[in-house]
Amino acid sequence: MAARKFDVKAYPGFAQITVLCLLILYVPLMVVMIYSFNASASIVVWEGFSLRWYKDVFVGPESAKFKVAARNSFVIAIIAATVSTTIATFAATAMIRGGRFRLRLVSLGLISLPLMVPEIVTAVATLIFFNSIGFERGLLTILLAHIAFCIPFAYLPIAARMQGIEDTYEQAAMDLYATKRQAFTKILLPLMMPGIISGFLLAFIISLDDFIITNFVKGAGVETLPTAIFGAVKQGIKPNIMAISTMLLAFSIVMVTISYFVSKSGDKK
Amino acid sequence: MAGGTASGGTQGDTYKEARTWLLMPAWVTLVVLVLLPVSLMLVYSFLTKEFRGGVIWEFSFAAYDQFFCDRGLFGDEPCTIEWTYITIFWRSIWQAGLATILSLLIGFPTAYFIATRPANVRPLWVFLITIPYWVNLLIRTVSMRFMLREEGPINNTLMWSGLIDSPLQMINTNFAVQIGLFYSYLPFMVLPIYAAVERYNFSLSEAASDLYASKWTTLRRIILPSVKPGVIAGCILVFVPSLGAFLAPDLLGGAKNFMIGSLIEEQFKGNAGNWPFGAAASMILLTLVLLILLFYARQQARANRGSG
Repeated sequence: MAARKFDVKAYPGFAQITVLCLLILYVPLMVVMIYSFNASASIVVWEGFSLRWYKDVFVGPESAKFKVAARNSFVIAIIAATVSTTIATFAATAMIRGGRFRLRLVSLGLISLPLMVPEIVTAVATLIFFNSIGFERGLLTILLAHIAFCIPFAYLPIAARMQGIEDTYEQAAMDLYATKRQAFTKILLPLMMPGIISGFLLAFIISLDDFIITNFVKGAGVETLPTAIFGAVKQGIKPNIMAISTMLLAFSIVMVTISYFVSKSGDKK
Repeated sequence: MAGGTASGGTQGDTYKEARTWLLMPAWVTLVVLVLLPVSLMLVYSFLTKEFRGGVIWEFSFAAYDQFFCDRGLFGDEPCTIEWTYITIFWRSIWQAGLATILSLLIGFPTAYFIATRPANVRPLWVFLITIPYWVNLLIRTVSMRFMLREEGPINNTLMWSGLIDSPLQMINTNFAVQIGLFYSYLPFMVLPIYAAVERYNFSLSEAASDLYASKWTTLRRIILPSVKPGVIAGCILVFVPSLGAFLAPDLLGGAKNFMIGSLIEEQFKGNAGNWPFGAAASMILLTLVLLILLFYARQQARANRGSG
């Protein structure tokens, strides 16, 4: 680029708005984080640093409830992410390595359906469905709904990754008498790993965080962390909720960061 | 996820024979757990309600009638327009629209700024914008409630700085709902605009400046039209989820500021217990969203034709 009198790319104020944007995104989260360490039982006054509310989460009067909810959340998220990532990996292989076929567009539409239908509509529809076939609501209904909902979130990074891998590697393997199955498991799958891990982690967070669908399809008395938090918040924000929120928040950030660096590590060829 | 660069590799047909089997699990799962339930919801919206939730399998137009028609106190007068639910829908569109405009005002300069940074730091900026999206929506909405409340940090800061004497009532207002929606979906506005600006050819800006166009004229007449598809995509990604949002109106708006999401929830989980009516309201929301997506697809097709 030639040197110019002024930079045509830069606009005054845009840098400041970007800083403002980051402040808007991060300040509320930081405030919750800070107040979770408040020694006071009130969320209004600051009385100094303390780990009291973290202790309360683990041994306090409501700890049993939160432990069950957390276990439900994690079990559902692990299974839902595993199943939806497997389904998405197969689907991506067919979509990217399957040549042209008639139902390609229909399949793509079907895979992105959970992204297009508003979440509350999916939630209502799933509730109606389970109810009409007499399927008793509980952990299993949450799990099934989460598997379907997580598929597009797992699919997108996996498909993006596969598009970046030329199929010459598999061709070469098959020229050397590898079967298709071997070309898939020994060549394509290892090359795909960063995309698959990234997809798994995103599906995992989506499942772990989901409130709306879970709220509709869960059975009475069955809670996940978000529904338990929602129930507690309805009675007023208490410091122990802030401690749980901070832990969940930190967990999500760690997972997304791992996902980011894993998918980036594979980019360097 | 970040960047969104298109494929460089060839897309072969190595697994052509296996594709039906490879796609089968996705098809079965999504048809059974999404497509079928949504179709069933359409059927439910034409059934008769049963008290305490559920339905009676008897065709009825009552749900849609209740939605659009006011038939007087005893339900026997001719149909005049029922404004209650139309108002709720209109409020949702209005709230989602304002939240979209707000996120465009903040999101566009941010996306533009990030896209004009050196190529090696751009992914990190994008990553910083995306992180909050992956934090639980419920927690983010609760943190906004915490910020906006009467003795909250915003009011405290404003009072401390002497700008106001008494705390502002922000929680349980329309404003709080807009802020909540804006805060929930702001990253969605930045990402597609960023992708569009990154592809924009800056020699066009240079040409404009050589022809004595001012910076702002260049932005308005050259850059904005070029990145329009990204702007439209961003607006849709904020508007559509805002429309059906449940958490922001519920936790920030209070009882007065009902949106479609709350109306639907009330029919299934709340006291109303009218499933056909809830299904009908969901159908109307879904139709609205599909119309918006159809409009978007047509815009994209036109943009592709224009550039190709």
